[in-house]
Amino acid sequence: MSILAVSNTTFAQQQDHLAAQIRAGNIVVPRGHGSSQIGLAAGQELNAPDALWDFDPSALTLTVSAGTPRDTIETLLRDQGQCLAFEPPHMQGLLGQSKVGNNAGTIGGMVATNASGPRRVAVGACRDFCLGVAYVDGLGRLIKNGGRVMKNVTGLDLVKLMAGSHGTLGLITEVSLKTQPIPEMTATLTIENLNEVDAVTAMSAALGTPFSVTGAAHVRADRHGAFARTLIRIEGFESSVSYRIEALQNALERFGHSTVEWDQTANADIWRAIRDVDRFHAMTGDVWRVSVKPSDAPKLVEAVQPLDVIYDWGGGRLWLLTQPNTDVRAQMTAGHATLVRASDATKQALGVFHPENALVAKISAGLREKFDPMQKFNRGMMS
Amino acid sequence: MEMPIPNAAIVSRKPALVAKLRAAIGAQGVIDAPEEVKAYECDALAAYRCPPLVAVLPSSTQEVAQVLRICHEMGVPVVPRGAGTSLAGGSLPTADSVILGVARMRDVLEVDYPNRTIKVQTGITNLAVTGEVEGDGFFYAPDPSSQLACAIAGNIAMNSGGAHCLKYGVTTNNLLGVTMVLPDGEIVEIGGAHMDASGLDLLGVICGSEGQLGLVTEATLRILPKPEGARPVLIGFDSNEVAGTCVSDIIKSGLIPVAIEFMDRPCIRATEDFAKAGYPDCEALLIIEVEGSEAEIDDQLARIVKIAKQHNPVEIRESTSAEESARIWLGRKSAFGAMGQLGDYMCLDGTIPVGELPYVLKRIAALASEYGLRVGNVFHAGDGNMHPLILYNANKEGDLEKCEALGADILRLCVDVGGCLTGEHGVGIEKRDLMTHQYTLDDLEAQMNVKDVFDPAWILNPAKVFPLATSASRRGQL
Ligand SMILES: Cc1cc2nc3c(=O)[nH]c(=O)nc-3n(C[C@H](O)[C@H](O)[C@H](O)COP(=O)(O)OP(=O)(O)OC[C@H]3O[C@@H](n4cnc5c(N)ncnc54)[C@H](O)[C@@H]3O)c2cc1C
Repeated sequence: MSILAVSNTTFAQQQDHLAAQIRAGNIVVPRGHGSSQIGLAAGQELNAPDALWDFDPSALTLTVSAGTPRDTIETLLRDQGQCLAFEPPHMQGLLGQSKVGNNAGTIGGMVATNASGPRRVAVGACRDFCLGVAYVDGLGRLIKNGGRVMKNVTGLDLVKLMAGSHGTLGLITEVSLKTQPIPEMTATLTIENLNEVDAVTAMSAALGTPFSVTGAAHVRADRHGAFARTLIRIEGFESSVSYRIEALQNALERFGHSTVEWDQTANADIWRAIRDVDRFHAMTGDVWRVSVKPSDAPKLVEAVQPLDVIYDWGGGRLWLLTQPNTDVRAQMTAGHATLVRASDATKQALGVFHPENALVAKISAGLREKFDPMQKFNRGMMS
Repeated sequence: MEMPIPNAAIVSRKPALVAKLRAAIGAQGVIDAPEEVKAYECDALAAYRCPPLVAVLPSSTQEVAQVLRICHEMGVPVVPRGAGTSLAGGSLPTADSVILGVARMRDVLEVDYPNRTIKVQTGITNLAVTGEVEGDGFFYAPDPSSQLACAIAGNIAMNSGGAHCLKYGVTTNNLLGVTMVLPDGEIVEIGGAHMDASGLDLLGVICGSEGQLGLVTEATLRILPKPEGARPVLIGFDSNEVAGTCVSDIIKSGLIPVAIEFMDRPCIRATEDFAKAGYPDCEALLIIEVEGSEAEIDDQLARIVKIAKQHNPVEIRESTSAEESARIWLGRKSAFGAMGQLGDYMCLDGTIPVGELPYVLKRIAALASEYGLRVGNVFHAGDGNMHPLILYNANKEGDLEKCEALGADILRLCVDVGGCLTGEHGVGIEKRDLMTHQYTLDDLEAQMNVKDVFDPAWILNPAKVFPLATSASRRGQL
């Protein structure tokens, strides 16, 4: 049984219309709600078709037009006891945008930014849940790739290439996603007052147990007197969660006393706050999103001396709050850093996206040239 | 299956090519004697054979780069090869090509438990990766049935899956970085030990690219802690339809079994005759395996049994010991061998939306009887990845062609119900000419554009994946 929103003809018409606009138009900025717009780009804004979907709960698959609000989809899924496993963050709070009605991002924007939250460390990123994609390329051709099935190796995987391309390769019009049942229960184990080296070691130890940890984050002591907290999340059926929490407490004993949060609302709040980087919303400074090998994280933080830091993904993802104009990349030899929040001048000077090595940059430029020879999409945004 | 006519000019330059290769990497790694190159004439799609011009087995990334530079300069097509277990003809040579194999590059370069990664040279077998870390309680999740033989190189090129991918994902979900040599000999590093790309997700398009974009020589893979334990339950049904519904209900319930395997009557029969696993005599059989502590396994199996009971199963056999688990898996693991006893077979791997299982099985049976061939089905039901095994007689005139025609009809059927031609084996030459059934010419053009960027001269595995007519003008540039 599937839950269908609007007839496919309407969708096809919308797609054709978009393709025609691109064929005729000049420079285009593919756009959802602008809620995760972090790069610099100029041009005529073009919205992806909105609010159409075909959801098959029994197959855990959802095909949805790119302009559909994330809120709409999240509600649709929740009503069927399902969710997007990769926990996509909502970035408006961090970017200082106020929430007006249904503007909390679109599905297209989520895919184009490969938006992935705390559960990514366990289950994979947004790109890992993208089964298929349709997009209009720079020549106005409507291209499909992948499909709506879980396993698919038919031809080259352009789905992954489009996911995270920040609208620089084409305008995504439709995506198929794999959904997941909402876990029955969540519990979070907390260890207080660890230094950051020990915190990362503890998170690695937790992620190295067989107890299926689905979140591992660390936050510093705050201004209100709360201690630094290392947070480990377990999800699943109730009996299983209580067993694993206990096993995990034993496994992590050497890191000190731990407490467990069992309240479901409190658990949701803890991980939503990590996901959306709540802590930095009201704090001034530039915000960097860093991807590193977890064990490199404390060293990098030590070198950068940020105003504040959140460790997620067991240390593999860092959110750094820095003094304006700090170049985090100068301290890095591996991984990458994206400048998510800063003045346009700083973004201009340091670049939003991490510079690529020469060969990768050449390949990426070659791909953009093929997908968008007339440079209609988000010109210069990623490079 | 049509292959391009070998380029006589290239064939005539063999002595010069061999001399240059030997000068670059030494005589040992360059195989050119006709009786020796014959060892590389096919992969596991053994109906198609053609010895390459030369086979080269370098022992380092640098040597791979030198070989590619020479081939590139001389305009010689290169067919990358891992262990040669492809079922799609992915590593089938042409008479004017060089086989470039990574079989001598099998080192483990780094094991990093705190960060849960392993870095290897790609000639290492899939099973050896798990072998390297399992003493310390870790494993590498993607587990193709061919894991004893197949190499990580081929796994990456085919984006291979396995019985456990319902829970752990396929190769692309477990790959963090690669070292790859481009067709002109340049060495590029993509990804690393960190998660996700900053710029375009090149790793995502390299994985599953069937040796079209570059030669992958090293890889950083994600390793996972081994579960505490695992046990299966076997459930028999008197109809495929009901078994299919049961699969959907289990998936929807929030349970995440590591495997849901499905066998239909022809396959159950063949397996019983061959392996005597003691399977019930029924229309459809599910083997569902779950992981965790003893108590967690009991709890999950109880939930599964409860769901199954709503569908009037003819038999439920819950494993309570390692011995019972082995018996339950015995039949499934011998299924291919059992079908092999009945004759030659071709194994397809089209994937369909799980809900279409009953209809597709019915249609496959109807098509099989139209063709007068037997088909058994054994597959990964949790993700709709079918494995119809078509039986034929290789010694009977015209039987292979008939089998291929039936195979093509079945794959078109998979596409028509919203699925795809291949879920894990890849396109190779086998499904190359069916690509236009799933994709429009524009869709294929977009994919070929990616190859244009990585391999402008189209020297890497040029006659694969894309229908020959579609890629003709590009290959003509050789
Ligand atoms: C009995 C049997 C069972 C199987 N079971 C499964 C299964 O359960 N799941 C599954 O997914 N597959 C399965 N397969 C298919 C096969 O084993 C996989 O496709 C495997 O990944 C191929 O690996 P290989 O090293 O043998 O690759 P090869 O056959 O050597 O090559 C496969 C492809 O990879 C390319 N390639 C090889 N090396 C490189 C490189 N270094 N760089 C770039 N490209 C390269 C080749 O050109 C070719 O296109 C099975 C095969 C057999 C025979």
